[in-house]
Amino acid sequence: MLKFVRKRAIASLISLAGLIVMVFFLSRLTGDPAALFLPVEASAEMKDQFRELHGLNDPLLVQFGRYVGDVLTGDLGESLRKARPALDVVLEAFVWTLWLAVITMSLVAGAAVLVGSLAAFRAGGFFDRLSSIISLVGASVPDFWVAIVAIVVFSVNLAWLPTSGTGSLSHWILPISVLFIRPFGIIVQVVRGSMISALSSAYVKTARAKGVKSRSIIFIHALRNAMLPVITVIGDQAASLLNGAVIVETIFGFPGVGKLMIDSILQRDFNVVLAAILVTALAIFLMNLLIDLAYALLDPRIRH
Amino acid sequence: MADHLLEVRDLSVEFHTVAGPVQAVRRISYYLDRGETLAILGESGSGKSVSSAAIMNLIDMPPGRISSGQILLDGVDLLKLSPNERRAFNGRRIAMIFQDPLSHLNPVYTVGWQIREALTAHGTDSVTAAAEALRLLKRVAIPEPERALDKYPHEFSGGQRQRVMIAMALALRPDLLIADEPTTALDVTVQAEVLALLKELQTETGMGVLIITHDLGVVAEIADRVVVMEKGALVEAGTVREVYKNPQHPYTRKLIAAAPGKGKMHEPAPRAEPVLCVRDLRKTYGSFQALKGISFDLMPGETLAVVGESGSGKSTLARILLRLDEPDSGTAHWKGRDLFSLSPAELYKLRRDLQMVFQDPTQSLNPRMTVYQLISEAWIIHPDILPKAKWRERVAELLVQVGLGPEHMGRYPHQFSGGQRQRIAIARALALQPQLIICDEAVSALDVSVQAQVIALLDKLRKEMGITFIFIAHDLPVVRDFADHVMVMQSGSIVEFGTVRQVFETPRESYTRALLSAGLDPDPDIQAVSRASRLQRTH
Repeated sequence: MLKFVRKRAIASLISLAGLIVMVFFLSRLTGDPAALFLPVEASAEMKDQFRELHGLNDPLLVQFGRYVGDVLTGDLGESLRKARPALDVVLEAFVWTLWLAVITMSLVAGAAVLVGSLAAFRAGGFFDRLSSIISLVGASVPDFWVAIVAIVVFSVNLAWLPTSGTGSLSHWILPISVLFIRPFGIIVQVVRGSMISALSSAYVKTARAKGVKSRSIIFIHALRNAMLPVITVIGDQAASLLNGAVIVETIFGFPGVGKLMIDSILQRDFNVVLAAILVTALAIFLMNLLIDLAYALLDPRIRH
Repeated sequence: MADHLLEVRDLSVEFHTVAGPVQAVRRISYYLDRGETLAILGESGSGKSVSSAAIMNLIDMPPGRISSGQILLDGVDLLKLSPNERRAFNGRRIAMIFQDPLSHLNPVYTVGWQIREALTAHGTDSVTAAAEALRLLKRVAIPEPERALDKYPHEFSGGQRQRVMIAMALALRPDLLIADEPTTALDVTVQAEVLALLKELQTETGMGVLIITHDLGVVAEIADRVVVMEKGALVEAGTVREVYKNPQHPYTRKLIAAAPGKGKMHEPAPRAEPVLCVRDLRKTYGSFQALKGISFDLMPGETLAVVGESGSGKSTLARILLRLDEPDSGTAHWKGRDLFSLSPAELYKLRRDLQMVFQDPTQSLNPRMTVYQLISEAWIIHPDILPKAKWRERVAELLVQVGLGPEHMGRYPHQFSGGQRQRIAIARALALQPQLIICDEAVSALDVSVQAQVIALLDKLRKEMGITFIFIAHDLPVVRDFADHVMVMQSGSIVEFGTVRQVFETPRESYTRALLSAGLDPDPDIQAVSRASRLQRTH
């Protein structure tokens, strides 16, 4: 088991190194960084000064070495607009996004596994059809539309919930509910399909021949086997939330990493954009590591 | 009336399909007493497994439905009980073991957990269950039982997994054990051990055993009485000896006649110029030595049977000869040219000469291609064999040659039975007019009567077209009526090589003798003698 973790961690580190290389060249190869970082109307003199200041006249490899050194010491440059370290700005926003993602995905995973399993147990029955319709709608509706309608209904007309911002618990309800819908719809479908095949498997037949109760057959015998494909999809969906739910965060004025990225791109605050890419990528790598671990925990055949 | 342990009366089961209801079991009746073993003998589609699934309440309803009858266990009609009462019977009064123990054990739980669950599901406390699980594993002779409890199913061999299944089934000392093809997936030597274990445990506990099988040898080895099923109906019943010696129903006679290993043996022609010379073939996968230096010659037009148990390297040999896998070292000269040093272009030409027929025709035929497409595909790859205008005519010829008809051309593989599918696979191999066909367990998945037909077909093709065959099998009797030479393999080495008569009548090696004696004879008298001699050797 420990060996497995080590192997996975090393593989993740290699990917992470690749990512750092990519982020560096993203800012160097897409054109002249001076043109990229400075306002359009900046004079040639200003650009020269900028290049001199940031060592952009050095050979590329030297610049890369310096960049790697900076990244390793946690120095991702200053935010040009906020005059604070870019990393601090990003981490501040990332904590909001992380909470949003963790709470939403926990609710989604719990609800989807329960609904999908029950639907699979009586496949073709009333509950199955109902949940199929709900999950299909959930997986297909555009989240910006749901967000706007939710604001109109719950905030403007009924005045139950705040339209945007943060501060109280009630500020979280609408963003979480809106972000809940799509992954819920997708994961219910996956759980259902995976459970149907698990429930028709030979080992379930054995369990029935042993006289095991239906509840144990569903939630102990079948579910653990059915979770492998489900976990992959949960990981995918969680990754897209960690990336920053750009539209939903913007609509609800939620100070997460998605909104920060949009704002920084518009304000040409590229150090912040690069730092945000690095931080969210790191988070996604860590999450994939967790998913690999979950695989190994669930299925002994992967451990060996 | 409550004298019998199990009595099935007038049982009918039907399944709803798109084509309307299908009667899987039609008004069958049989009984089983304590301490007795009853075999239900039948081929695929005979309804033998459905009737036992009905006893265990394992039929999915819908689409299945029990349309008539009673199933009495000690006089209690199981079909009148509530689902909860039925569940209480399963595992405690009636237990079941299955054909493929790997898929029937839950892959993500330890075997210790699964055995304990059989006990705790019926109210045993966990401390007692843990002690019992250990005792049971010891009883079924799993090595290192303490450590085995914490292992997962994939860490055991096939025979050990079936022992674990048996331990689990017998945890609560059921009155009735249903064994559905319990040894079909196992090697012959392991099969004999597992059947002996079942017999021992039956003597210990006095349970009744209902064994479902397609194999007359298994019936002769273990059963007291037998009922024969065909297409859902019970066609014959009696003691094993009666039914074997004096079968009444034509279907039973056909089954007994189809059992392999009774025909005339081939007398191979004197050895001439070999068509294939294999020398010192070696292959390792990681640290596992699959082939440890294989050398043999193959004469044109002869059939070489390669026999060995799982892990003997026989399939690896086939894959390497067809260059589906690369050897580590060694040579194989096909008509003087080394197969392993050919360039891809030369190999492409040579592929026509060497064809393969696989074990499972369901998997080796693309389900989305018609029979015509499947057979003519080879001519797309090798366009110089036949002009396109002649394709239909030739496919029709090939289909007739393998015992099908031109009208089958437009159909898809799923519309055929297992034996017919294997014929299609053979027709496909013949399309390239090969000189050597390697059959990897080509008849193992087929019913005995179908097996006999496919073997007769291969023999006919050999005589008519002079094709050379390498016929890989795990079972000796199958190759007896068919092979010229037999090569016995064990863990990557050739143990014995000789003419079919020499290997069957005067085997030189003890391993060959063990294989031969572990194989089950359909004649209960012969089987009784060999069982006695086996017992003598072990005690």
